[in-house]
Amino acid sequence: MATPSSTATQATPAVAKAAAARHKGGGPGVFGVLAHIALAVWAILIIFPVLWTFLASFKTNAEIFGDPLTLPSSFAFDAWVRAWDKAHIGQYMWNTVFVVALSTTGTMLLGSMAAYVLARYEFPGNRIIYLLFVSGLAFPVFLALVPLFFVVRNIGLLGTHAGVILVYIAYSLPFTVFFLTAFFKSLPTSVAEAAMIDGCSHTRTFFQIMLPMAKPGLVSITIFNILGQWNQYLLPIVLLPGNVEDKWLLTQGIANISTNAGYEADWPGLFAGLSITVVPMVIVYIIFQRQIQSGLTSGAIK
Amino acid sequence: MRHGKYPFIIGFLAAPLILYVVFVISPYLQAFYIALTDWRGITATPNFTGLDNFARLLEDDVFWAAVRHHIVLLVAMPLLTIAIALFFAYLLNLGGGSRGGRMNGVAGSTFYRVVFFFPQVLAVAIVGVLFQAIYRPDESGVINGVLARFGIEPIGWLTNPDIALWSIIGVMVWQAVGFYVVLFSAGMSAIPKDVFEAAALDGAGRIRMFFSITLPLLWDTLQVGWVYLGIAAFDGFALVQVLSVDRGGPDNATTVLPLEIWRNAFNFSKYGYASAMGVALFFMTITFAVLTLRVTRRERIEY
Repeated sequence: MATPSSTATQATPAVAKAAAARHKGGGPGVFGVLAHIALAVWAILIIFPVLWTFLASFKTNAEIFGDPLTLPSSFAFDAWVRAWDKAHIGQYMWNTVFVVALSTTGTMLLGSMAAYVLARYEFPGNRIIYLLFVSGLAFPVFLALVPLFFVVRNIGLLGTHAGVILVYIAYSLPFTVFFLTAFFKSLPTSVAEAAMIDGCSHTRTFFQIMLPMAKPGLVSITIFNILGQWNQYLLPIVLLPGNVEDKWLLTQGIANISTNAGYEADWPGLFAGLSITVVPMVIVYIIFQRQIQSGLTSGAIK
Repeated sequence: MRHGKYPFIIGFLAAPLILYVVFVISPYLQAFYIALTDWRGITATPNFTGLDNFARLLEDDVFWAAVRHHIVLLVAMPLLTIAIALFFAYLLNLGGGSRGGRMNGVAGSTFYRVVFFFPQVLAVAIVGVLFQAIYRPDESGVINGVLARFGIEPIGWLTNPDIALWSIIGVMVWQAVGFYVVLFSAGMSAIPKDVFEAAALDGAGRIRMFFSITLPLLWDTLQVGWVYLGIAAFDGFALVQVLSVDRGGPDNATTVLPLEIWRNAFNFSKYGYASAMGVALFFMTITFAVLTLRVTRRERIEY
């Protein structure tokens, strides 16, 4: 992603400066003001809904259905406690952390192993196996939905976290293998060869030499997988049906609370649940925004 | 390479490959067969009915409503997202004017980029719940509350069948723009600065530079963006399922194929019919991807 910034700028001739001076609107002119207004409006469009939700979690039902542009009358965390305990957001959060921790670890381990072998070893069937993995990128998940449900049910893993974890790993493999195969191919071969000559086994070469060398690629794709799996909605609602509510994940839990909020009339609870979900994302995002941006766009920039 | 190459290869490939074949490849292949049956999940062996499901699809109004919505999504969503993202990316990277012949972004561009990208890290389902309150049809809704201050009557963003789909598209664009701002920014920063310097010397203004330099040199990135957004236009499941009235309503005004697949399979147990819809969706997606790559292929500009 990093691009070599042109060195030509240092050698800018005086002519260019003169031309730039002639070029109108060089400073913050009318154009600059309009540009800032456009950017600020979009920033407000992003921040406002999130901030409004956060504030609504402190409001009462009456306040929520009153004028939307007022502040809550008091800042008590009642609704947050209700959402965490009674609406099981705490449980869903913990379930999601558990599932994503295992599924991302599994994805990275299995994905990098497969990618490494496919990138660095020649054997009959190499190309076919690689294409088999990559072909998964071309199919919409919805095509597989019905048979997938029955495969998981027949194995006896329907309604279990193990089933969700295995399915997450399987569906994350195409992109992970595609990305990491290209990455392993781009690494120099000399270090691994030297290690092999020194008597290092294939397995040890992979774990102690190649994986550390592939760290930048692994970080990007790990972030990509964590976010993708954390935000998954379709697979949980299919694989963790209504009879195993205690195993639900965060996205399906929030969606369900929003359906029920109307019946139970606990709107502050809904917005507190949303805030509990969104606030950690905001914090994690602000800390790691650079890595997250490059991780998520890594798929599009080769 | 020496000793034990094949045991190592098999050892490393076996687990990922088995997992992948069981949970990904085999369901995809089964789907094509199930689509040709009347399977309702009760009988162990489904009856083979040939193309009956597809014949029924052609007469299904809901199916055609969904297809129409995908066409609207396919045109409007990428167009709006790319136009807005290009505009912002240009402002952030090159809109600050040229100082010393060098193009700069506007002040605070890092802040804007961080804020714009944020919706991308939120789950679509969470965004859907978030926007339920924004779009509420009376004056307690956030948008209608603001409009009320200006004396404008509340609008049924999600309850009016004529605008419900557009409200959904609005949320998709809201969420996607930041990603493409970052993507296009990366592409723009890869364009050598001396190209802009030369253009500035020749007296080209900002708008001219955008259309004559930035856009053509960004073509590859734009193409990637278009394919991504186009594929996203064939999804829309989570947002429509969570946000729209009656899941795809009002009166099927916002429904999409993935939602109908899910509904037919898990609400009506029409597994054969749902799979036929899946096959139709697959062919639509593939056709789109191939056509886009064909039509937008251009000679690559080397720089």
